[in-house]
Amino acid sequence: MKLTKAKRNKLIYNIVTFALVIGAFLILQSMIANKTITRSLKGQLVPICCWIVMAVSLNLVIGISGELSLGHAGFMSVGAYTGAVVSGLLMHVYDIQDPTLRLVIAIVAGGLLAGIVGALIGIPVLRLRGDYLAIVTLAFGEIIRNLVNVLYIGTGDGRLYGSFLNKKLPEGITMLVDGAKGAVKIKPISTFTAGFILVLITLVVVLNLVNSRAGRAIKACRDNRIAAESMGVNVTKYKMMAFVTAAVLAGMAGALYGLNSSTVVPTQFTFNQSINVLVFVVLGGLGNVLGSVISATLLTILPEMLRAFADYRMLVYAVVLILVMIFTNNPTIRSFLNRLIAPFKRKETTGGDAQ
Amino acid sequence: MKKLVALMMALAMLLSVASVVAEDAITLKIAHIGPTTGAAALYGLATLHGAEVAAAEINEAGGKYKIELINEDDEHNVEKVINAYNAALDAGAQMILGTTTSKPCEAAGAQGYTDRVFFLTPSASSTAVIEDKDNVFQICFTDPNQGKASAQYIAEHKLGQKIAVIYNNADVYSTGIRDTFVPTAQELGLEIVSETTFTDETTDFTVQVADAQNAGAEIVFLPIYYTPASLILKTAADKAYKPIFFGVDGMDGILSVEGFDTSLAEGVMLLTPFVATSTDEKVVNFVTKYQAAYNEIPIQFAADAYDGIYILVAAAEKAGITSEMSAEEACDLLIAAIQEITVDGITGSMTWDETGAVTKTPMAATIVNGEYVFE
Amino acid sequence: MIFLDNLMNGLSLGSIYAIIALGYTMVYGIAKMLNFAHGDVIMVGAYIAFCGLQYWGLPPIVAILAAMVVCTVLGITIEGLAYRPLRQAASLAVLITAIGMSYLLQNVALMIWGANPKSFPRTFINSSILHIGGLNVSSATIYTILANVVIMIALTLFTAKTKMGKAMRCVSEDRGAAELMGINVNRTISVTFAIGSALAAIAGVLLCSSYPILQPTTGSMPGIKAFTAAVFGGIGSIPGAMLGGVLLGVIEIFGKAYISTELGDAIVFAVLIVVLLVKPSGLLGKPVREKV
Repeated sequence: MKLTKAKRNKLIYNIVTFALVIGAFLILQSMIANKTITRSLKGQLVPICCWIVMAVSLNLVIGISGELSLGHAGFMSVGAYTGAVVSGLLMHVYDIQDPTLRLVIAIVAGGLLAGIVGALIGIPVLRLRGDYLAIVTLAFGEIIRNLVNVLYIGTGDGRLYGSFLNKKLPEGITMLVDGAKGAVKIKPISTFTAGFILVLITLVVVLNLVNSRAGRAIKACRDNRIAAESMGVNVTKYKMMAFVTAAVLAGMAGALYGLNSSTVVPTQFTFNQSINVLVFVVLGGLGNVLGSVISATLLTILPEMLRAFADYRMLVYAVVLILVMIFTNNPTIRSFLNRLIAPFKRKETTGGDAQ
Repeated sequence: MKKLVALMMALAMLLSVASVVAEDAITLKIAHIGPTTGAAALYGLATLHGAEVAAAEINEAGGKYKIELINEDDEHNVEKVINAYNAALDAGAQMILGTTTSKPCEAAGAQGYTDRVFFLTPSASSTAVIEDKDNVFQICFTDPNQGKASAQYIAEHKLGQKIAVIYNNADVYSTGIRDTFVPTAQELGLEIVSETTFTDETTDFTVQVADAQNAGAEIVFLPIYYTPASLILKTAADKAYKPIFFGVDGMDGILSVEGFDTSLAEGVMLLTPFVATSTDEKVVNFVTKYQAAYNEIPIQFAADAYDGIYILVAAAEKAGITSEMSAEEACDLLIAAIQEITVDGITGSMTWDETGAVTKTPMAATIVNGEYVFE
Repeated sequence: MIFLDNLMNGLSLGSIYAIIALGYTMVYGIAKMLNFAHGDVIMVGAYIAFCGLQYWGLPPIVAILAAMVVCTVLGITIEGLAYRPLRQAASLAVLITAIGMSYLLQNVALMIWGANPKSFPRTFINSSILHIGGLNVSSATIYTILANVVIMIALTLFTAKTKMGKAMRCVSEDRGAAELMGINVNRTISVTFAIGSALAAIAGVLLCSSYPILQPTTGSMPGIKAFTAAVFGGIGSIPGAMLGGVLLGVIEIFGKAYISTELGDAIVFAVLIVVLLVKPSGLLGKPVREKV
């Protein structure tokens, strides 16, 4: 009886998550069709999808696998650069002009390469624990940024040229990645629909993983590594599984993000960006996938809504962040709030508004 | 009686003129986009303040045009700049003074190219900002031009043979200048004996300075902003290294850093279109008003944005922009108009061609006794 | 000769990292939290000292003391208002609050002092250059290394000998047991923050004496590097912070001088990763035994 109730709750949670995301998509699509959407909201749709995917995938590492990673933006940059190069290559060398096809191939390639990098980093990193693991992921994120900063890739007469550290490329070729100037001359091909589909894929992958046998093993490793190990769970394997999955998803989000703009620079994927995603995850609730979706959305829109405050807006953002953390985590305030909303609790099961 | 009639007529004329002005005052909605918060706030606030001084001046004078300045913050971020740009258009902007920094300008300008929105950037100077777009115009020299001009100046004036370059390899402006400076210098028979880099977060320059010193460089070329430059000067002084330091327009501002020991900058040479200590009447007017409003000495970014407002007004006048025009309607008219005007601003006399690049002459200045001296 | 010069530069940079890392490691050891706002307290300290020297015309020592007082008050206030309500919360919640605090301090500084960089005035700390056997060494380097050694010894003695120091070690070892033994945990943590913040003020003055540019973001990168240094040396260990900081500085300078300035930071972080893989709790950190 108890098990079925838990299962039913999970099912309801999943249905609510998907219903909210699909509902939000339909509402926004109709707004776009009616032209009732503001320019500034429309411009944020693709980035919001990217940040949702980033937040959900980081939640898989932090909330579900229990490892604090501070270098998630590194995987995003791998994806963004791969996406930009692959798209440019397909266009200039293989002469594929169909944007949808290029976008799909670029996103898949971005995910793949980020996954490979994730696996390479995961092998040493996942041996460490706690804050040490955090600092090593931070270090990897910074190393990736440093390396991308001295990377040069270009195409010309049907060939791909690349060099590292020094720009030793023939004259007259089309630069795709130009060191500190980042990925340049990207033809923006990302669409909101593509972003929406990527969000759906992410939700399906993560929710399925969490509720599967592997997911239970991952959570067991998080809750008590030694107990899980003595029950015969291969801790490294399951931690790797979560870490690499998250890297692949972040790479795909990165490719979508990179192809949404005409240019991408290494400085967009610093430690601070990783921290931003971490904030989404923690505010949305560790292990709570729907929470990540909502908080990534709200926190991307919030600074834009605060534009009226002009120069005070980052100040307001900081204060809001601190207050929210205190209000949601302080036991005294929490129990006070719970008592306050207790009478309304029954009606309030559908969760927040994803808008 | 005659006098009275004349007086009445004069009065009537005056009134009618006044009413004509009031009725005909065209409101131009100009959006300033730049980083007013975050690590690059220094530059965004400078362009914003410069634009505000110009707008206030124009509105006070009460001429044919009134300026309504909209400000949007882009945090020097390629994603946020698109939001800022969209917010500006939502607020009804007709043309854009911005963006302040190169990479965001490249992204927003490309979006504006598709949407047909006119951009005049006060300080974004990479060639990528104007490449493949007809809607973006610059007030600053492009970076390759600066690199080339600097190398030519050093060669022509025989300042030295052995050159060291210290540049910011995470910055588009700095790498852009360096990328043309080095080949041009080598073509002109100069020798690059040391090339070292740093990034935005670097505070320690001992390695870079030591490398130049050990290589025996007579000239250290600094295609960088004045903040890291001041640290390099300090480090060199500590190491008793005294080459000629040669800077570019980003170096202007070094003398007005609060608390800076100007003796460190003694003998520094730079190519720049604007210096705040100039005795030119227009410059003095600007610097006085700027200081009164913001209690700071303006840097070159502020001067560029100040000129930018006047350029936009001149182009709008030529194009016949009205208050009701949308950004899309105004775009092509402004593109045509700006290529026909010449503006004498505080950063020099400027004209534009269809590429979007500006033509003006840089001046070479040397710092002597804590002041700029022009040759 | 060039080697010695680089070594001296490395020691100079490293001792700056070390002095910041000391503050990180103190707070981490006792409150078990990564105080991300530490770098920004350094920035505030440097600004206060700047104001003291430039605007109020205070003698350097008085300006430093003023900065220390302001930072101490600031540290205690931050701890009381933002971190204390989260004492029982998950460590991530505290981390995010600390990040929020870091944003807050930077933006308040932007509002008070503006975005234009200030040049830190010359004081007795950095006014002279010493010539030691053909090497040019700034006096700031000497003062920083001296300050480091003094602070490290003082802190070690403080935690070993005084009552408050012993209380700190107790809280660090086992907070619950310490409370049962009648130690006022909140007060102990407040004192830790007070000491950490006072050290931050000194670090700010020394940082800006060596690298005299002051902006609202001045503290963030040295903060991250120092945090790395603290982990490198074994976080929670006072001699470890010192060792980690100095080594990090030397590695950074050598990496830039002998390999590539472009890859300087990548080299630092790569060495860090290798060290942590060989010795997962840092150079001088105590390996934590897991209890079943």
